[in-house]
Amino acid sequence: MEDVGLSTVLLAMLAGAIRVSTPFLFVALGECLTEKSGRINLGLEGTLVFGAMAAYAISFETGSPWLGVLVAGFAGMAFGAMHGAICRLKGVNDIAIGIAMMLFGTGLAFFFGKAYIQPVAPRLPSVELGFWTDNPHLAKALEVNPLFLIGIALAVAMWWAFKNTRIGLVVRTTGDSAPAALALGINVDLVRFLATSAGGFLAGVGGAFLSLYYPGSWTEGLSSGQGLMAVALVIFARWNPLACFGAALLFGAAGALGPALQSVGITRGYHFFNAAPYAMTLVIMILSISPKRSLKGAPGELSITK
Amino acid sequence: MADTTVPAPSFALGETIDRIRRSSEYVVIPLLALVVSAALFSLFLLALGKDPVTFFSLVWKGGFGTGFSWQNTLVRSSPLILAALCVAIPARLGMVVIGGEGALVLGGFAAAVVAIPMVSWSPTFFTLTVMALVSMLVGGLWIGFVGYLRHYRGINETISSLLLSYIAISILNFFVEGALRDPSDPNKPSTMPIGPENMIGPIPGTSVHWGLVAGTIAAVAMWVLMNRTTFGFAARITGGNVRAAMAQGLPVGKLILVSTALAGAFAGLAGFYEVAAIHGKANASLIAGYGFTGILVSFLARHNPIAIVPVAIFLGGIEAAGGLVQRRLELPDATVLVLQGLMFVVLLVSETLYGRFKIFKAKGA
Repeated sequence: MEDVGLSTVLLAMLAGAIRVSTPFLFVALGECLTEKSGRINLGLEGTLVFGAMAAYAISFETGSPWLGVLVAGFAGMAFGAMHGAICRLKGVNDIAIGIAMMLFGTGLAFFFGKAYIQPVAPRLPSVELGFWTDNPHLAKALEVNPLFLIGIALAVAMWWAFKNTRIGLVVRTTGDSAPAALALGINVDLVRFLATSAGGFLAGVGGAFLSLYYPGSWTEGLSSGQGLMAVALVIFARWNPLACFGAALLFGAAGALGPALQSVGITRGYHFFNAAPYAMTLVIMILSISPKRSLKGAPGELSITK
Repeated sequence: MADTTVPAPSFALGETIDRIRRSSEYVVIPLLALVVSAALFSLFLLALGKDPVTFFSLVWKGGFGTGFSWQNTLVRSSPLILAALCVAIPARLGMVVIGGEGALVLGGFAAAVVAIPMVSWSPTFFTLTVMALVSMLVGGLWIGFVGYLRHYRGINETISSLLLSYIAISILNFFVEGALRDPSDPNKPSTMPIGPENMIGPIPGTSVHWGLVAGTIAAVAMWVLMNRTTFGFAARITGGNVRAAMAQGLPVGKLILVSTALAGAFAGLAGFYEVAAIHGKANASLIAGYGFTGILVSFLARHNPIAIVPVAIFLGGIEAAGGLVQRRLELPDATVLVLQGLMFVVLLVSETLYGRFKIFKAKGA
């Protein structure tokens, strides 16, 4: 009896890890790209929430969830572009702008999202990867969203591109030393603007996953800090897109702990387990950061690690 | 002898004018940012088919138009002052702490909890004193931990403080819906009430509680601390350049710990007043976003503790008018959030204007 409970919890956590990790993965990849170029965008939390709202609204109005994902991406890109454009001004702090964009994005999402809290929008379909098994729990756990697979492909592609392409080199140089990039004739502000915009696009897509797949509806409490945890996740992953994927799975599992226990009837301490991902983020940061040495792989221009 | 002292008054006058000229930059540019954000918000409203003139006159009416709305505004501005101090003090050391919401929630919660065993025997004054001290202690430890992590573990204070806010909110929900829930209250999960006899009354002749006075005193005290003491001087040097401060032998770690603990204590105190003067118990109403609006207040005030008081009243007024705007213009309650977010963004953009206008420069400088 105990064994059944444990395996159910573990399977629920695996399923949860896959589901919950996807928005983390997209935001983390977006933030990774932005930070590699030497800037930090804390506003991705707001971008995520706005992306979730925009995707849900578009999916409801047009009946096409994929169009919703696309619109969420472009909305996120607009937020990223705004961040990137403001940060190039002299005397403006990228962290402060991020906080402001977080509040602004959340405010706009709640403002336009009010009308979409009740209606039910078409959701994204899932891919059945568990066709080979008879275990219904495992089959359920392996029902994954195409965005999860796209996210994995993207992580690999970004990892490869940072190492092997000219664009990857340009982004890395800009992030490591703006003077060196200038000497190479790179337009530093433009690279960062584009990297932040692209990062915003990915965060918007991550938000679309939240409202169109899991949890799968639009509420004002939809994202509570996932965008921000993703920023911490990138530091933990040492700015390596592949490590971002692993870290996102870990964060997803932590986030799935509460609901997984609930599924076997353990409801006591639900809020306690809700706090698990935040506590884990903090603990991971404490364990992985040391003030005595600089972080391996950290972009030299990044204000947060200076 | 007498001759050489004659020009002195006019020289002092010139210097005063120069000083005003230079410091007016810090007033004119934020005001300009407010005007620009109001204009942008008007365009936003026009695009939605709403009348901006009606909007702003409703904000005026709901926030500052009548004696009643003024009192409503002041009640809201008191936690804003204290929450903004939670941002402003660490900001002097170059830290961006945005977790005041968590310290406020947890401070208020701790105050309500410590009162539960006390209400049956303790005199009101003693209960309230203990509650206030506990709220400040809990808030101080909470944000002090952020300072500790920053200095001794190298962890970015912006991220850690926001994560801690989410944890604080989970702690409140965990206990309020579990072990510490008042079984006699079927409506909203809350702790046991502290009892009407233990509540802080209003300032005589108003409906505004004493938190406003406490906040104002705290703001003035912090201005004195930051601008007129060696502690404040050392803090400002640290904020300017940590390495230089360390090279000078300043106790940077101690400065950071004391400042963040003070900051958290004020946010905790805001929670105490919310519990002891408004709700009478701890519940989810504590999570009202004062900690987040406090960030905007502090930035608008350029982290100057004295300037925080009028700015908090200004933003408190806008929040107080939210309900009226919502009803009359049929706008969502997030309208105020959009306006605040826009103000914040425009304000930060305006940072780039400092030092660009000749008119603010001292003559001969």
